[in-house]
Amino acid sequence: MTSPVPTAPSHTIPFYRDVRVLRILAQIVFVALVLLFLGYLFNNMTRGLARLSGSFSFGFLDNAASFALSETPIPYDPATDSYWIAFMIGVLNTLRVIIVGIVLATLLGLVAGIAQLSSNWLVRKITQGYVEIFRNTPLLIQLFVWYFIGVLSLPRVRDSVELPGSIYLSNRGLALPWFTPNETFALWFGLALVWIAVAVGAYWLLRRVKIPLVYEWRGGWALLIWLALALVSAVALNPFTPSLPAVRGFNFQGGTTLSPEYAALLLGLVFYTGAFIADIVRAGIQAVPRGIIEASRALGLTYVQALRLIVIPLALRVIIPPLTNQYLNLAKNSSLAIAVGYADLFYVSNTIFNQTGQTLQVILMVMGAYLIISLALATLMNAVNARFKLVER
Amino acid sequence: MKRDSRGIILLAVVAVVAFAIGACAGPITTVPTAAQPTQAQATSVPQPTAPPPTAVAQPTAAPTQVAQATAAPTQAPSGGPTNPPPTSAAAEIKGRLKTVLDRGKLICGVNGQLAGFSVLEADGNYSGIDAEFCRVVAAALFNDVSKIEYRPLTTQNRFAALQSGEVDVLMRNTTFTLNRDTAVGLEFLPTTFFDGGGILVEKSLNAAKLEDLAGATICVLSGTTNEQVLTDTFNALKIQFTPLTFPEANALYKALDEGRCDAATSDKSQLAGQRASLLSKPDDWAIMDATLSKEPLAPAVLQNDAQWADVVRWAIYATWYAEELGINQANVDDKLANGDTNTKRFLGGTGSLGKDMGLSPDAFYRVIKLVGNYGEIFEKTLGPNTKFKVPRGLNTPYTEGGLQYSPPFR
Repeated sequence: MTSPVPTAPSHTIPFYRDVRVLRILAQIVFVALVLLFLGYLFNNMTRGLARLSGSFSFGFLDNAASFALSETPIPYDPATDSYWIAFMIGVLNTLRVIIVGIVLATLLGLVAGIAQLSSNWLVRKITQGYVEIFRNTPLLIQLFVWYFIGVLSLPRVRDSVELPGSIYLSNRGLALPWFTPNETFALWFGLALVWIAVAVGAYWLLRRVKIPLVYEWRGGWALLIWLALALVSAVALNPFTPSLPAVRGFNFQGGTTLSPEYAALLLGLVFYTGAFIADIVRAGIQAVPRGIIEASRALGLTYVQALRLIVIPLALRVIIPPLTNQYLNLAKNSSLAIAVGYADLFYVSNTIFNQTGQTLQVILMVMGAYLIISLALATLMNAVNARFKLVER
Repeated sequence: MKRDSRGIILLAVVAVVAFAIGACAGPITTVPTAAQPTQAQATSVPQPTAPPPTAVAQPTAAPTQVAQATAAPTQAPSGGPTNPPPTSAAAEIKGRLKTVLDRGKLICGVNGQLAGFSVLEADGNYSGIDAEFCRVVAAALFNDVSKIEYRPLTTQNRFAALQSGEVDVLMRNTTFTLNRDTAVGLEFLPTTFFDGGGILVEKSLNAAKLEDLAGATICVLSGTTNEQVLTDTFNALKIQFTPLTFPEANALYKALDEGRCDAATSDKSQLAGQRASLLSKPDDWAIMDATLSKEPLAPAVLQNDAQWADVVRWAIYATWYAEELGINQANVDDKLANGDTNTKRFLGGTGSLGKDMGLSPDAFYRVIKLVGNYGEIFEKTLGPNTKFKVPRGLNTPYTEGGLQYSPPFR
């Protein structure tokens, strides 16, 4: 009846045939190889530094930079300011491109993604053509086209095109009216912050008003209240003088100028990343079951209402994870700025290590800066993802 | 559980040991791209004993010389002192010189985009004064000016290419500065072209002096001395300006041509070359009289390799010395046969000058025979008969009031 109990093997398995031992052994060998390689690189670095009789220190960052930069979001005097300040200007210029680029690429991608599913043949084909062309050509080439063929072929500064509202377009950039702050600016700015608090309070209070026109649009009303208060105080305090651009000497003086380099880089990044986002949005919308869309239309929602209230909230769950990747790509691709002469982080660092010869330190700083930017972006997007993902009970 | 923890401890021990081995076992002198592994090992042999003087006494050609030099350590009878006796006439071939001779060709870092200095011609050869000096070194090393691999470098990556050992020598219109000599870790050789920083503007702007450029946008190549000179000069004169920096010349001169910037700054010879080759209407542009800076353009090698630096240094001096002595490509054979003792010693007819450097005795004869003296090199690359029409300026022998003063070859 009962099968005979298998007798214990008379011999033990040798260790080289014991799966448990082999598994651990394989891992040990792998880790050893990886570490051997890392050690080799480390050794190479220290010996290379010794050969160049260079020391590994970051002291050079305190020296005066002595190279001028074309775009400086913070005041910068190359004669006295240090390499560290120059590096930080590079970081700020990079952030300027990344933040604006992400916002614009998202908008463009959203519109193009929805248009790809449009029932209008022409709209659908044009957006599909856009996505295919921009997704399948290298970004560097696109940047060259934007800069050398697009922006630089604009009229010269003395023949600039004047647009309504004192806006001038030339190959020196887009000159816009701007303002110069007066001494009352700080006071006005403080008041404007107070008015934000007032508007937020109004937003809460308006909820209790039982008039649909008021409580349904309370966000708009709160904004209107803030704008009115800010405007009234601006008229009372006169915090800034408007400044109009005009050609004086070689360049535009007054106003503010959006540089062609910034414009070319931004356009390149937005159109390139926008094409990828468009496809992600399209896929996300198509992932929403057809029955849900039909049901929402059957309830009497218009197409736009169905999109806004039903489809997009469901599609977002699919869209956000790959969208994070595209944001990270945009952030890292911004380092191509050097090709069109925009003073971003990588561009400034290049000049720094060229002048100081401290290549290793500067490269490590650049890698660290991009790592921090990317990790911050990823953390932010993970938080957004956590908010939108399907809650399972 | 117990088994697991034992495995982890074992893993940690192996990891530490492996890292320690890795950190000790790497090659000593070069990064992987620089040299073939065999050479790296050869240089890391713990006791580089001196070869007996006879081992390399009469090297007739480079390959045999190398073979003897590599074999030397095993032949060394004593294995005692690590330095050759001071009386030894023949040099021990090591370091970069050995790497280059073993490889059989010179890797020369050039600009590649600068007409008159180094630019790729339709026939596949590089022309220009920097390319000619690559040939000067190759002639001294190999008696063959085709044994060169030109490596075009940007202003950004030129020093990294030298530091990592990717190129043997940098002949890339590079300004000799203290910072580059020390902090960047280069060894500069005799200046092959004495230049000065200048500014290129459109003639229609009527800019006669630097103050006329107040408020202008000025294009400059990044990673150059010009970039710093521009900032320093304009700040000192309190002139407002906006710099616009590009990583390479094609982009910069395109932007200048399109009117994105009002002027460009660079070394004057470079402005002349680029005006002729990269601007659509060269005649509309003028180089201002003002000289912003001294720009001695010198070849560079990596520091701490005196033997290799000496080879390149004296090959360059040879082109000056030959012009001083009136030796040129046409009469060099005659001078070798019938010249005075000094000339014969220089050309290798007598004495051991070439051999002392670790090269063939007639190394300098080859330089003049295959490439020419400095005057001839200048004539065919930048001189009045070329489209650049650069004046020789300071680049004449000291006997004619210039700065070229070669130490004696003796």
